[in-house]
Parts: sequence; C-alpha cells; structure tokens
Amino acid sequence: MAPIARLLLLALLSTALTISSGSGDGYTINGRVKIPQGLGTKGFALPGKTSNVKVILNGGQIVTYLRPDGYFSFQNIPAGTHLIEVAAIGYFFSPVRVDVSARNPGKVQAALTENRRGLSELVLEPLRDEQYYEIREPFSIMSVVKSPMGLMVGFMLVVVFLMPKLVENMDPEEMRRAQEEMRNQGVPSLASLLPGGGRN
Amino acid sequence: MAIRSFFLFILFFSSSLSPVFSLYEDQVGLMDWHQQYIGKVKQAVFSSQRAGRKRVVVSTEENVIASLDLRHGEIFWRHLLGADDVIDGIDIGLGKYVITLSSGGSILRSWNLPDGQMVWESSLQGPKHSKSFLLVPTNLKFDKDNVLVVFSNGRLHAISCIDGEVLWKKDFEAESFEVQQVILPPGSDLIHVVGFAALSQFEMYQINAKNGELLKHESASFSSGFSGQVSLVSTETVVALDSTGSILLTISFQDGKISSQQTPISNLVEDSLGPAVIIPSSVSGIFAIKTDAVPIFIRVIGKGNLEVVEKTTHEIAVSDALSISEDQQAFALIQHASSEIHLTVKLAHDWDGNLLKESVKMDRQRGLVHKVFINNYIRTDRSYGFRVLIVMEDHSLLLLQQGEIVWSREDGLASIIDVTTSELPVERDGVSVAKVEHNLFEWLKGHMLKLKGTLMLASPEDMAAIQSMRLKSSEKSKMTRDHNGFRKLLIVLTRAGKLFALHTGDGRIVWSYLLRSLHKSEACQSPIGLNLYQWQVPHHHAMDENPSVLVVSRCGPSSDTSGVLSFVDTYTGKELSSLSLDHAVVQVIPLPYTDSTEQRLHLLIDADKHAHLYPKTSGALSIFKREFSNIYWYSVEDQNGIIKGHALKCKCTGEVADEFCFDTRDLWSVVFPSESEKTIATVTRKLNEVVHTQAKVVADQDVMYKYISRNLLFVATVAPKGSGEIGSVTPEESWLVAYLIDTVTGLILHRVTHHGSQGPVHAVFSENWVVYHYFNLRAHRYEMSVIEIYDQSRADNKDVWKLVLGKHNLTSPISLFSRPEVITKSQSYFFTHSLKAIAVTSTAKGITSKQLLLGTIGDQVLALDKRFLDPRRTVNPTQLEKEEGIIPLTESLPIIPQSYVTHALRVEGLRGIITVPAKLESTTLVFAHGVDLFFTQLAPSRTYDSLTEDFSYALLLITIVALVAAIFVTWRLSERKELQEKWR
Repeated sequence: MAPIARLLLLALLSTALTISSGSGDGYTINGRVKIPQGLGTKGFALPGKTSNVKVILNGGQIVTYLRPDGYFSFQNIPAGTHLIEVAAIGYFFSPVRVDVSARNPGKVQAALTENRRGLSELVLEPLRDEQYYEIREPFSIMSVVKSPMGLMVGFMLVVVFLMPKLVENMDPEEMRRAQEEMRNQGVPSLASLLPGGGRN
Repeated sequence: MAIRSFFLFILFFSSSLSPVFSLYEDQVGLMDWHQQYIGKVKQAVFSSQRAGRKRVVVSTEENVIASLDLRHGEIFWRHLLGADDVIDGIDIGLGKYVITLSSGGSILRSWNLPDGQMVWESSLQGPKHSKSFLLVPTNLKFDKDNVLVVFSNGRLHAISCIDGEVLWKKDFEAESFEVQQVILPPGSDLIHVVGFAALSQFEMYQINAKNGELLKHESASFSSGFSGQVSLVSTETVVALDSTGSILLTISFQDGKISSQQTPISNLVEDSLGPAVIIPSSVSGIFAIKTDAVPIFIRVIGKGNLEVVEKTTHEIAVSDALSISEDQQAFALIQHASSEIHLTVKLAHDWDGNLLKESVKMDRQRGLVHKVFINNYIRTDRSYGFRVLIVMEDHSLLLLQQGEIVWSREDGLASIIDVTTSELPVERDGVSVAKVEHNLFEWLKGHMLKLKGTLMLASPEDMAAIQSMRLKSSEKSKMTRDHNGFRKLLIVLTRAGKLFALHTGDGRIVWSYLLRSLHKSEACQSPIGLNLYQWQVPHHHAMDENPSVLVVSRCGPSSDTSGVLSFVDTYTGKELSSLSLDHAVVQVIPLPYTDSTEQRLHLLIDADKHAHLYPKTSGALSIFKREFSNIYWYSVEDQNGIIKGHALKCKCTGEVADEFCFDTRDLWSVVFPSESEKTIATVTRKLNEVVHTQAKVVADQDVMYKYISRNLLFVATVAPKGSGEIGSVTPEESWLVAYLIDTVTGLILHRVTHHGSQGPVHAVFSENWVVYHYFNLRAHRYEMSVIEIYDQSRADNKDVWKLVLGKHNLTSPISLFSRPEVITKSQSYFFTHSLKAIAVTSTAKGITSKQLLLGTIGDQVLALDKRFLDPRRTVNPTQLEKEEGIIPLTESLPIIPQSYVTHALRVEGLRGIITVPAKLESTTLVFAHGVDLFFTQLAPSRTYDSLTEDFSYALLLITIVALVAAIFVTWRLSERKELQEKWR
C-alpha cells in the first residue's frame, strides 16, 4: 500500500494536475501557487514569505496553507463549481473558478474570474503586486515650487521682477502720469499695482 | 480675477492626488496601532530544543496554532485555521515539526517549528466518527522513519513524521466500539487501544506498532455499565466510573488479561452525595474525581487498591505529568487563596513531599486558574527548576517561574463580543496630565529635524530620531479629552466576561474588570455576555457624573434564561451595581431619551413579549409615558421566516403590579414563503448616525430629496437550497431577494430579485442607501449592489418658498395603506474578494463624504469611496455629471492597494469593523477586531479642517521670517534708490 501511495504522490507532483477522485466520497483539488521572484520585493519586509499565504475555498469553507514548494490541496470536495481565493500580503490574486465534474474526474476546468482567462493547469500566479504605501518622492525643486509656500514665493518674485518690466514697457505718457499719481499718494501701495485698483 | 485664478491654481495642485487614503511607510504607527493575540490556550507543548530560543507551541479556542517565545511571550509565528477545521491535538515531532490534528481527526498537518512553514498535510478518512488521539512516540521507528500514531474516525494510523505518508492503518469497525484511550507503553512495540462497546463491554486491542497487526483482543463485560471518561493511571491500568457515577472501576489489562476491581466511592469518602465525574489527567498512579464540585485526588496502590490522598475545598487546577527522569514524573497543582495562588510541584509517586512550593500574587481581575502546563529546566547547580504556563478565567496566559510572573498575555482580547466607546475626562486642575510639555527650544529642535527630513537632508540617525519622536508623541496617549475628539476609551466585552478599556491613542489597557455578575453561581449556571450599551453619557446636566456602560448578559445559551444587567463606570472600571433580572432578555432597545441624570432609557423585551423599562426611576417612567405611543420595534424570527412589528399596549396585567412592565401588541408581520425564501441578513441604520442634509443637488441644479427614515430595514432572503456553500447549487435553482421594509407600518417599499445569486450577504445601511455584497453564480464572481431611496413627494419643491410651504410627507398618514411616494435607484458591480465584514465611516455632523470599509477574506480592511457605488454612474457621464463627481461606470469596483486601511498588516480572523466619529468633522475612528485588533483614524475627504500631522511648522516659520526679511531689504533698497533719484 505504502509504495503505491508514494507513486501516486509522485505522479501528482510531476504533472501538477488539478482534480483527482479521492479515496472518500469527494474529490481532491490539487494546485500550486507560484510567486515569481523579483516581483514586489521592494518596500516591505519579507513579502514572499510563503508560510503566511492562505488558500481559501468558497469564501472560507476550507482554509489551507502552502507546502514549501507552493503546492496545496483540498480534499473531500463535492462535485460542483467552486471558488478558490489566495490571500497573500503584497500580491493581488484573482479568484479562480474550478469545476469539479462527477462525469470525467481528472479533467481540468479552471478560469480566473477577474479576466475570464482559462487555466490549463491549476497554477495560480499573482496578477500584480500591491504597494500599500505611497512612495516618498525624493527632494526636487519642482515639489518645493509646487507647494503652497513655493507658489507664494513664486508669486512674489513675479510681482517684484516682472511688474517693473511691464511698467517699463508702458507708454512713456502713461508712465509719467502714473508716476505723478504715485508722487501724489506718497508710498506706492500694492493696491495701485493691481489692475482696477490703481484707478482710484 | 488674478487672485481667483491664483487660488484655483493652488487648488488644482492640492487636489491632483488620486487615492484618498494613502500612507507613507514612515507614517505607520503614527495614528494606528495593531495588536496580535491568539485566544484562550487549549493545549501547550514545550519545545525541548537545547539550543536556540526556548519556545512553546500552543493551540487555542480561537483555532490558532502559534509558537511563542518562552522568555517574553512574543509570537514567533501563528496560523489561524478555518472555522470548520477545529484543532483536536498538537504535538512536536522530531524536535523540529509541530504536528496538528484537526477537523475531527481528519486532517493532519506538520509545520516547521522555527518559521511556521507548512511541511505536509494529509487527510485521514475512516469508517465512522470517533474520538481522536494524536501520539508522538519518541522511540518508535519504521525504516528509520519516525512514526506518528493517530487514532481518528474509528481507524488507527501510523504516519511517517517526515512526509505525512500513511504507513499502515487498522480499522475498528465494530459498530458500537467507542475508543477511550490509545496507549503506547514506553520501550515496547505495542499499541493498546481500549474502549467500551455496547455500553457495558470493556474492550482491549493489542496491536503491533510495526505493521498494524492485531495481536490480541480481549473483552470483559461489566453489568453496571460505564459513564463519562476514563483516566489512565498507568500504561496498563485505567479507572472508569459506572453508569450511576458512584462506583469506581479499576481495570488493568496486564499481559493482555483483563482484571478489575470495584470500589464504591462511599467507601473512600464518607460524606459524598452526588454522582462523581472523572477529571482527565495523565499523572501515573493518581487520578481525580469531582463530586459536588469538590475535587478529590485518589491514589492507586498496587493492583486496584484506592486511597484518598487529598480532598480540597479550593478551586484547583492540575497539569499533565512531566517525566523528569527515567521513572519519575512531576506535575503541578495550583490552588487559590484570596489574592494569591499557590503553586506546588509534586512527584507522582510521592504526594506528601513537594518539589516546589511557591505563592504568587495574582490580580483578582484574572479570575480562577483554568489550565496549567508544566515545563522543567536545569539550573546552574544541576537541580531541576520548574516553570508553569497558566491559563486564567479571563483567557489570559501567564508564565510563572521562581515565584514570579515572568510575562503575561491578555489573550481575552482575541474574542471580543461587543464594543462601545466612552469619552475621557475633561482636562482640569487636578486631573493628571501625562507629562509636562516640551519647552520651546525642544519644540523648535524637533521641527528643525522634521524640516531636515522633508528636505531629505537628514542622516539615518536623524531619521531614527524623527521616527521615535513621532511615535512617542505624548499628546496622543494622554488620559484627558482632546479638542479633536481623537482620544477616547474603547470599551470592549470579551467572551470570558471581562471588560477592557483600551486607549485609542496607543491601544494600551487602561483598566480591566472581570464582571462578577458573569461569574458562575448557583442561580446562574453558564453566564454569557451579550451586549454593551452606553448607559450614561453626561454632557449637559450631570457633568460631575462619570459615564457608564450597561452590560447585558444572560444565564445560559438559550434565549429564555433569565438576564443579568451590570453597570460599569468607564473612568474607574468599577461595577456600580448589578441586577439579576427575573425575566429573560430577548431583545434590548435603546431609546433615544435620557432622564434627568442623563441615563439612557432602555426597553428590554422578554420571552413572553413583555417590555421592561430601565432605569426603574419615576423620572424615566414619566418621560416614557409621554412617548408611549411613539415606540415601535420589530423582531426577526429566522427559523420561520417571519418579521413582526410591535408596539406597546398597556401596563402588565400580571400577578404583581410592576409599573415598569408593559404588555405589547403585534402590529404587522411579513411572512416569507418558507419553500422559496430563507432570511439570511437583516440590517438597519445605526441609531446614532447623523445626516447633514436631506437634499442632494444633482448636476443640472436639480434637487433630489433623500428618503431618510430611522425605521427602514433591509432584509435579504435566498432560496433554501442556496443557503449552503458556494458550489452546492446551480444558478437556476438559486436566487436572492432584497427587501426594504418600513418597520413602523410593515410596508415593503422596495423588492428586487437577483436571479442566480446566493449568500452569504453582508450589508450596510446608511442615510438613504444600502450596499450589499453577495455571490453571483452565473458570473461566478462576487457582486455588490447599491439601492438608494429618494422621496418623490417633495420633488416639486424647487425653491425656498415651496420648500417651506410645499408638499412633504409629514402630513400624509402613517399607515400600511398609504404608500409614500418614493423612487429607488440601484446598480450592481463586480467585486473581487469575499467579505467578512462591512461598515461605513461616520462623522460628527455627517457632512464628510462616506467611505465603505470592507473586511476582505485576506483579513485586510479596504476603504472604498461611496462614489463608486452610486446608481447614477453611467458609461459616459455628461460634462455636468463629471463636474458633480460622477465616475464613469465600470464593470467592477477598483481595488487600490494604497486604500487598504490596514496597509501591510492583517487583522487575523477579522470579525467586525466599528466606526466612531471624532469631534473633528473630517475624521472618523476605525476599530477592526478579530483575533487581532487594529485601530486607525480615517479622513474620507482628507483632513480639510486641520493641518496634517506632517505639516512643517518650521518651514512656515522660515518662510515668514524670509518674507519679513525680504520686505525690509527691499524697503531699504527702494528707499536708497528713491534717494538717489531725488539727488539726480
């Protein structure tokens, strides 16, 4: 009995097949979760730690964990259409629809529900990695300029340097009039520089 | 104009960021805290590794297996198994694998001890249900493989420890055979399986451990029968009780021969009265029985002679045996004295001598000791030292060593039943303030550091200093009320019947109180806590009173057992009073009225449909009488599929004149056809929700009026076939029906059927909308739907005059037969994940836009803007609609990783999400609980009414200084220029 079981196990591993009729009344779903190396390794501590990856059948009916090689299995599953979800911090997995049919056991019928892509074998890979934090942008001149303070300074600079230029480009007649007006008022005020304000 | 465009310019920059909730990594822990727990420990196994850190592996009632650091009690790793996958036994194999048996003995898993990685998993089937045993023999080998022996489902398995392969199995198919013990005598290759058959037959099987061959089968019949468990007193002797519970049977099966001896308990104990129960223990030579709640320890001498060694009147807890050398076994015993516990460690064969006797001071709020686990270590002088792990009544876990508590874990917090909040005391003279404020120089120094940080000029040491400064901020953990309402107390009721007050600033326990009313007593056999209500929230009249909470509990699992009320002061954590009620508590209705001392009125409905008013004061009664005809409530009968509306009738016409008891009458009932519909979810609005405005201005200056009623009930029913798990039903035979019912008139305002859908349904009701989550079988995806309900009767009221004088539904009669003019809008979207919980943010004035908080199957909490669930979304919104903020319609709801409220953390075993408004309108406090606790602050539309935490005051100060300097410099320059011009 023992060698046969071992052979069977080897067969399971070598083909990564999905569904086999189990010894009991139900079926067994075997699959694998594959987290590509190099994806999402930046930003948080140990994202690829497979020991905390949960595989969940039908919204919590059965919860299982991964073996070191990424394989998982659900046993005693009745025939029907099931949903498998993978919960892993740092990755976005699409739920998978798996059909377990009583008529032809062993036939693979799995599809990602997010993009309706069929799977020839039950190998689940993350669709994308998830960054939970905003990335702090490195210090740049633009970010300072864009900040309210920077805008304030910028506005001031415009007033200080561009306004005199505008004044210079004015008609000499008008300029003289303005200067006269200024002399009448004394200290030049901001209000007189603004359009509409200078006509009082 | 220029100024206006300038502000628009600024607004453009400040609003161009996309996700609303987002966090930088260095902001973790500033406003949130996360606590990890495991639950009440069921079983503990100490790792015997010589090298490395000492560990203890535990399994808990929350279905967690965890490896804890024995030095400090921290969690190395932890796994939460599925709800139906209850752990039956754990052990350590080969010193490096943790073996767990779960699901009634049908799943065996092995985990790597250092890191918690699952190594293998095997499924064990068997012919019938039975008790299950997991044994890890130390010396049993099979082809160099270490072997595990598992008895489960009527089958004995030998399993390889390396890869989980079944080496051999042996069925015990005899119909009536009930296994009681599986014994592995040390140093032999035999396995003994003993049990009962046909009530009065004792059976013993001897099995070869190498190959599972049956060597011997003996049986003996006992006419008096058996009751309860058996206790193993040696590898070849068990003690059982007869069916009357008054005679002890000592059965030994030495060399495969069964011999027995009967000893009536009355021979041992003179004044014993009631039937006895055997307390399971594994100490050799000694067993314990309990009669009339008095534990009695009995020693077995020779072949079946019994002798009482101790009879205590104290509460007592005994550990399993620990073998400390070849032939010596030690065990620990804990007895209670008033405020101390006495720990004694004894050798199994020597009851009178103590290896160790210690007294430890114990907090009374921890209650009795429920479980003891013993472990030994070798001291520097080569003698044995002992440490014990104890589990208390409040589910906390403590390690005792050398007469001291080395560490403790408050694992009661892993099973929270209900949560409410309380304000902290107002800051006043005499009220303690945590720390004196920093002086100005330190304040400036801190902000200079922060500025360096924002300009990316800080060195790593500076960064560390900044981080610790931010986390330690004494502001947030003060014990007084703050201006923004961020500091509050979270009052939680745990399954152990203990109340905890947690500070929202840092999550520390401010006080804890083990409810005395939830203690087992003569009148109250198995008390359980039910709910927490705010009892007294003083704010205007009774400012000097402390706020208090009401804890409602009852004496047993069924709803017709009598109830108990306790009132607890939330500042001090002391019980003000408690009431044992003479009626049951089926339903508690907090009424929106308070009496003169700001105590809230509560109506308790009992099993006979009488309503009882609390508090029982004349003031409360007069307020209640005024509102007598305005009180309505409903009840849901899940089994019959009936929803009923009730109102008050008159004073109780009972035998005793009770002013505070009222008869009730049924107003209406909605009966769902039981063959096609089964109620699975009912949701109403939160009682304390504040709605800012009833009007909603839509794109073309039009106004829609929200239909806002406190009496709306959302009910979801499914086809009875589809109430099971996903995959158990085809789309054709499953449907889900959603109802909106007015709970005063019983009128069904809206009904919608989702064909091909099934539960579980998670729903949340707020303002005039309800959002629910269910499974769509046709698409095989989860879906979320929104229903919004609008008042049409006021739709013509377009201008102010009409609004004041025009038509509204207040004048229309409230009756089942007058249909309010309402319209509903709804829309459905796909959603990727399964949900465990759903909640909605709530703010003080209800102005801030709402976010849905979704507790996903991965134990994370996702914040989703309500704007994504707006039935007015279209594929191509017009320009006007875009300006209004309508998002183009998409098939599924987006999952933006930055909007996970829990960021990179998990709230393991998530059960509920609670939102509490802060005083600051933009902010809401979020508390998520499961096995873990998580708390954070959320600002659904950003903090528009306060500066953010990372606002740099130093930068502001520097800018102002620079501006002032610039003004003076330019002044001087212009003066000089003017002077020069004048000279010219």
